[in-house]
Amino acid sequence: MQQGKNAIPVIIVLLALVVIWYVASLWLNTPWQYQVYANKGVSDWTAQQFVLDAWAQDRPVLPSPHQVATEIWKTTGEIAVTSKKSLFYHAWITLSATLAGFVMGTVLGILLAVLIVHNGAMNRSLMPWVIASQTIPILALAPLFVVIGFNLFTAPPLGLPADTARFISKAIISAYLAFFPVTVGMVKGLRSPEFIQLDLMHTYNASASQVFWKLRWPSALPFLFTSMKVAVAASLVGAIVGEMPTGAVAGLGARLLAGSYYGQTVQIWSALFAASALAAVLVIAVGLVERLVNARMGARPA
Amino acid sequence: MSQLQYYLAIVAGGVSALAFALLVNWGFGSQFAMAAILALGVVSLGRFWLGWSPWLDGAIALFGAILLMVALPGMVPAPTWFWAALIAFWLFGWLFVERLSKAIGDKKIDQRVGVIIPIVFGAALLVIWEAVTVGLAVPTVIMPPPSMIWAKLISSVPTLLADFNQTFLKAVLVGYVIGCGSGFLVAILIDRSPFFKRGLLPLGNFVSALPIIGVAPIMVMWFGFDWPSKAAVVVVMTFFPMLVNTIAGLSASGNMERDLMRTYASGYWQTLFKLRLPAAAPFIFNALKINSTLALIGAIVAEFFGTPIVGMGFRISTEVGRMNVDMVWAEIAVAAVAGSVFYGVIALLERAVTFWHPSVRGG
Repeated sequence: MQQGKNAIPVIIVLLALVVIWYVASLWLNTPWQYQVYANKGVSDWTAQQFVLDAWAQDRPVLPSPHQVATEIWKTTGEIAVTSKKSLFYHAWITLSATLAGFVMGTVLGILLAVLIVHNGAMNRSLMPWVIASQTIPILALAPLFVVIGFNLFTAPPLGLPADTARFISKAIISAYLAFFPVTVGMVKGLRSPEFIQLDLMHTYNASASQVFWKLRWPSALPFLFTSMKVAVAASLVGAIVGEMPTGAVAGLGARLLAGSYYGQTVQIWSALFAASALAAVLVIAVGLVERLVNARMGARPA
Repeated sequence: MSQLQYYLAIVAGGVSALAFALLVNWGFGSQFAMAAILALGVVSLGRFWLGWSPWLDGAIALFGAILLMVALPGMVPAPTWFWAALIAFWLFGWLFVERLSKAIGDKKIDQRVGVIIPIVFGAALLVIWEAVTVGLAVPTVIMPPPSMIWAKLISSVPTLLADFNQTFLKAVLVGYVIGCGSGFLVAILIDRSPFFKRGLLPLGNFVSALPIIGVAPIMVMWFGFDWPSKAAVVVVMTFFPMLVNTIAGLSASGNMERDLMRTYASGYWQTLFKLRLPAAAPFIFNALKINSTLALIGAIVAEFFGTPIVGMGFRISTEVGRMNVDMVWAEIAVAAVAGSVFYGVIALLERAVTFWHPSVRGG
């Protein structure tokens, strides 16, 4: 309905973006292409050849869409999933940390919200800090967390292997980023039942846990799913940034960093697209779970 | 007295007694004030028969914490009584907060006194952090105590100021103004074409879920190592939230009001400036607030990809590499304060501009 109505405009805007991209790519790559021809002593180039060459440089300023598409196909479809060059391999490294962090963060966020809703002192002491922490650049902590975590987990008492330590550190960052939206959303959700509904439960002589499971929890679920969509996107960003400045060699963030070190623009763009696709898949997956849960609980479609 | 308060009071008194006994066993030293406070903690068990003001609980927690902090540097690793006393004072702090919030809930104490509660929570966190890191001699590479971070902050003000100037005053502010401004203008242009609006709005919403921060290496390649590349990342990050929110805000005014403007024979621009933009203000400020945080994150993370040797992100990544963790925390403290103040300024501006909105009027 709503989505179907928007499909055509969205497609046209997307096509327009691709066209703009091709034009921009030609425009930005032109100076270098002149130089390439001058260096090689090629002087009899045609306009058509020039355009095609500008769209097929090795290290273009802005790679053309088909270059990025080819690179993505080369690093996904043509090689084994377990290969270290495969984008699937890197995406999985990032995804596993994202998911672990997302689950931890969501559970933590829900627990915190339950405490906040049920205890006035908790509400008054925690809520201002939860909100204030939204205004500080938490991601700036990412490298610190990864390094501290890495040192802590590989040190004697735990002595974990480097990969596991890095995985746990990244998951902690993801969890940290994921739990704020969940806490805030769930506090709102658990408080969303109206006074008359709570009163009704009271007249039924419902216990605190009955009020929670039969009234507060079901009415908080829509809020939970909305904030989980935000949280899963935030966890992915956390995992990617956690891979950037910390000596990680695998993962989409490491891929971005390596690309920027070696000037491999095509690799950067393909990692960027892989990350975006991953984000889309994660958000859609949460949306699907939401629809399943809603259908199971007999909710009317909004 | 609620059940939680009842148990808290018993345990707090009991742990005080334990700490007192351990302190006596340890041989007092010069900890007479500590002994007195702990004794007062034991006496607090008398609350079950006599009255006991919540402020007394608060005073025990406060003075106990101060004495602990004073005693701490002289004894590493900390003796057993120290930890018992720490737990006791923490419990008194908790009890104080419980009772205070109950009293505020029952309207026995003024609402405004509630400001104390989050401050107590934050202070307790700092005290426990300091006590654990110093008392257990945690390696400073893993977790420096707050006192050390503060000392570092004070001693490296020039460096921190230079970083702040480079990252915040140049990259963040310039990028923020360009990003928000262009998002706003594009939104007004797009708003005139329903077709574009339908095509761009779902995309704009979708973009907010993407890890846009990943464009940082590309921008560094295009605009060089200095602050313009960071500003460019900030522009890309702040553009879409502004676009989406402004478009949503522009359709916030109702049909009735627009009809009224038409009966006044007002033109497009008059309607825009006198009706639709003011009605969109809450949405626009929402985007400005979201963007204030995003801008700082974008600028700091972009510096991980190469900068001149100054800047908050540069400092964080290099000092992490050199294991100067206290400097990293000092830089993070500066970033946190900058972020909160930035957000606060915009929130204040919002109150001034949207004074008519129900959420500001308290209606």
